[in-house]
Amino acid sequence: MDKLEILEGRKQSVFEKNKDAGAFDISCETTSLSGSVSQRACVFCGSRVVLYPVADALHIVHGPIGCAAYTWDIRGSVSSGPELHRLSFSTDLQEMDVIYGGEKKLYKSLIELIDQYTPKAAFIYSTCIIGLIGDDIDAVCKKVSEEKGIPVLPVHSEGFKGTKKDGYKAACDALMKIVGTGSTEGIGKYSINIMGEFNLAGEAWIIRKYYEEMGIEVVSTQTGDGRVNDIRRSHGAALNIVQCSGSMVKLAKMMEEKYGIPYMRVSYFGIEDMSKALYDVANHFSDNPAILEAAKNIVRREVGEIYPQLMKYRTALSGKKAAIYVGGAFKAFSLIKALSSVGMDVVLAGSQTGNKDDYAGLKEMCDEGTVIVDDSNPVELSKFVLEKKADLLIGGVKERPIAYKLGIGFCDHNHERKIPLAGFVGMVNFVKEVYQSVMSPVWQFAPRKGGKS
Amino acid sequence: MKTTAKAATQNACKLCNPLGACLAFRGIEKCVPFLHGSQGCATYIRRYLISHFKEPVDIASSNFNEDTAVFGGSRNLQLGLKNVTLQYKPEVIGLATTCLSETIGDDVDMILRDYVKLFENGEPLPNGKPLPLMIHASTPSYQGSHIDGFHAAVKATVEKIAEGGQKENLLNLYPNMVSPADLRHMKEILKDFNIPYVLLPDYSETLDGGPWDEYHRIPKGGTTVSAIRKSGKAAASLEFSSVLSTDKSAAGYLEKKFDVPAYTMTLPIGIKQSDAFFGLLEKLSETPMPEKYEDERRRLVDAYADGHKYIFEKKAIVYGEEDLVIAMTAFLTEIGITPVLCASGGKSGHLKKRIEELVPDSENSGIIVRDGVDFVDIEDEAKVLKPDLLIGNSKGYTMSRKNSIPIIRIGFPIHDRFGGQRQLHLGYRGTQELFDRIVNTILQERQHSSPIGYTYQ
Repeated sequence: MDKLEILEGRKQSVFEKNKDAGAFDISCETTSLSGSVSQRACVFCGSRVVLYPVADALHIVHGPIGCAAYTWDIRGSVSSGPELHRLSFSTDLQEMDVIYGGEKKLYKSLIELIDQYTPKAAFIYSTCIIGLIGDDIDAVCKKVSEEKGIPVLPVHSEGFKGTKKDGYKAACDALMKIVGTGSTEGIGKYSINIMGEFNLAGEAWIIRKYYEEMGIEVVSTQTGDGRVNDIRRSHGAALNIVQCSGSMVKLAKMMEEKYGIPYMRVSYFGIEDMSKALYDVANHFSDNPAILEAAKNIVRREVGEIYPQLMKYRTALSGKKAAIYVGGAFKAFSLIKALSSVGMDVVLAGSQTGNKDDYAGLKEMCDEGTVIVDDSNPVELSKFVLEKKADLLIGGVKERPIAYKLGIGFCDHNHERKIPLAGFVGMVNFVKEVYQSVMSPVWQFAPRKGGKS
Repeated sequence: MKTTAKAATQNACKLCNPLGACLAFRGIEKCVPFLHGSQGCATYIRRYLISHFKEPVDIASSNFNEDTAVFGGSRNLQLGLKNVTLQYKPEVIGLATTCLSETIGDDVDMILRDYVKLFENGEPLPNGKPLPLMIHASTPSYQGSHIDGFHAAVKATVEKIAEGGQKENLLNLYPNMVSPADLRHMKEILKDFNIPYVLLPDYSETLDGGPWDEYHRIPKGGTTVSAIRKSGKAAASLEFSSVLSTDKSAAGYLEKKFDVPAYTMTLPIGIKQSDAFFGLLEKLSETPMPEKYEDERRRLVDAYADGHKYIFEKKAIVYGEEDLVIAMTAFLTEIGITPVLCASGGKSGHLKKRIEELVPDSENSGIIVRDGVDFVDIEDEAKVLKPDLLIGNSKGYTMSRKNSIPIIRIGFPIHDRFGGQRQLHLGYRGTQELFDRIVNTILQERQHSSPIGYTYQ
């Protein structure tokens, strides 16, 4: 088999620490190269992932059936109550609708679905062809909102109009329309919104419990286990804490501008970042030392509990090599620290949507020889994991078969995970999952490990 | 039961057109599927196919941006073709359109011609080799569903590649959207009958293969171009579809263009349909059915006898692609199960008629046939019909769980169970597997709900 090569148009997006040293100017935040088989999705995907977990809203995809079908119940975002988000609604546009316009069908669909499911709000996602056929979805939304008395929010997420990040922005714009429409009565001084946390496998509940134990009131979780009424009054919180590589930083910034609510970025992955997420919030409320005291107690207790378990895995995993390819670069930072705490080395750190600062940060954190990559693809990823002799790949569903085909362990750190990886308990789950995959005896049959090909 | 037409589709019982095309293109040797549209289409479809097949599924995209949508996709498509050729070194590129490229009215054939001209006018060839063969299937998502894309890709492939000439002892088999295990079984049967064949598509290996020591940009396997080229010279074509119109069918095309007689039949599930299939092979090959299959048939008849009482007059809802539903309906009625609802998200317009042909008096036997439905329609029916079983893909699990009706997973997608790609449906052997699973599902329900919990049956 001939050598796996990187396309000319992609070379600027790949950096290997050491030999390229000095000239770190990675190309990122651009649209994907045509024909490169990017692992990214589209603008619609960005909007859909941010809004998906709002469990008492109607999510209707305006367009042909595909976009709705492929996003039906594919995400581990759980709800403690209503589960409207787990259903899939589409205007399922047909050829005649494309010719004559889909507004009427959208209107009828909305009226019908709102009557059937009585949601607290409705999000209408525009897909690729909506702008082209000239549907005025803003007008339809306005009309239905007036008739039905609930917020009906257009999400301008035409797939080709940018990248996934533009989809985040469209989602934040839609959310911003309902923030500030509820009563903030009764919200206390020590209050936060947990943002950019999607309650995959109940992760938001874990985080929420820590903060509540610190005596902090959680006004809303956005959007994991999300409720429209909580979001409406979320401008009453004293502080926004934002996770997840900027998918919701935009909303936090808008809330800061309009309502003067400060925000801070956090991560809940790994002991170090999880502890920091608690301490940072405690320090923000420094006029109440009991909060910091409580944070210290939580960290002491939780770390004490998980440390012996982690050490057990550390013995086995020490010196193993990991490759990371995730959606947002912010997560990669946490993962590098988390892996390092169990003795693992990171040989590849890449993301779909990182920016120059993110990659510069990754370069600082990583060891010599580590490959840093933006918007990679299967050929590149397999080239790197093979060249760097990775024992583990961390990614999502699309990366999984690359690892397994090549006899490499895999950990799913994407939206479909069923096991919580956030919080202190999540760190144990994460390391356990890594351990179970890396140390499995099945790899003895993999051709790269001496098995027959 | 609702009678008014709904405006919205809720929990669709179908996927979009380009997905089927990508799957079919995966069954051609050294072929990379390529979607002309937004990046998201390729990525979503990859994710969907991967979670069923558990194999890498690399699909390229022309990656539309705002300029592309305004000025046309020509530049992006040509750049994409070049890049995918450089990176994957394919011999074939299976190009399928999307709602976006179709809506802006891109003339893909012209863009492809211009692309070829570039190199004729002196631009250096990618990899210094002749350009890959480019097949173009028109698959806008606002028409039909995934199964239409599948057939469109198969037909486009044959149209592009097949050549006529002196007839050969050769059978074209167009198997429809079946599992890799089904494809392997078909090949085994044809081999045992000593019938030279062109099976298209054949993703039995590309989507269900072994481990790799290095990355295979294009997994080995698939129908070769040289084999497809000969399809115009075949003695006959056999197509497993009874709802596909001749103008959309590869077999129909070959009959019209190269006088290759086209046989179409229902997917061979159940004894009667398998008999028809094996009977046709006997006729075409002038060879009696090998003893191995006689044995399989005998064991199946014996199993029907052993299991008949557990399942007699049980009620099932069967859903999925129309051809699968038709075949399953024929099978279920021959074992005494009433398919109280035969439902599909597809809408060829032929579903009811085909079922009536296979199951005379179906209406009076309590069989409801509905096409163009979604899972909410099916669930509404289920609440009234109270079936004992749901039979179809994983997407029925939501309604299975909510209404406590056991589900038997067949077809595509199987996302919530392991090994969907290895599940056999066709022939006596596939029927045997399905029959065993149905009987065992009923037995399990009986055992679970029994206050005693017998350890024997």
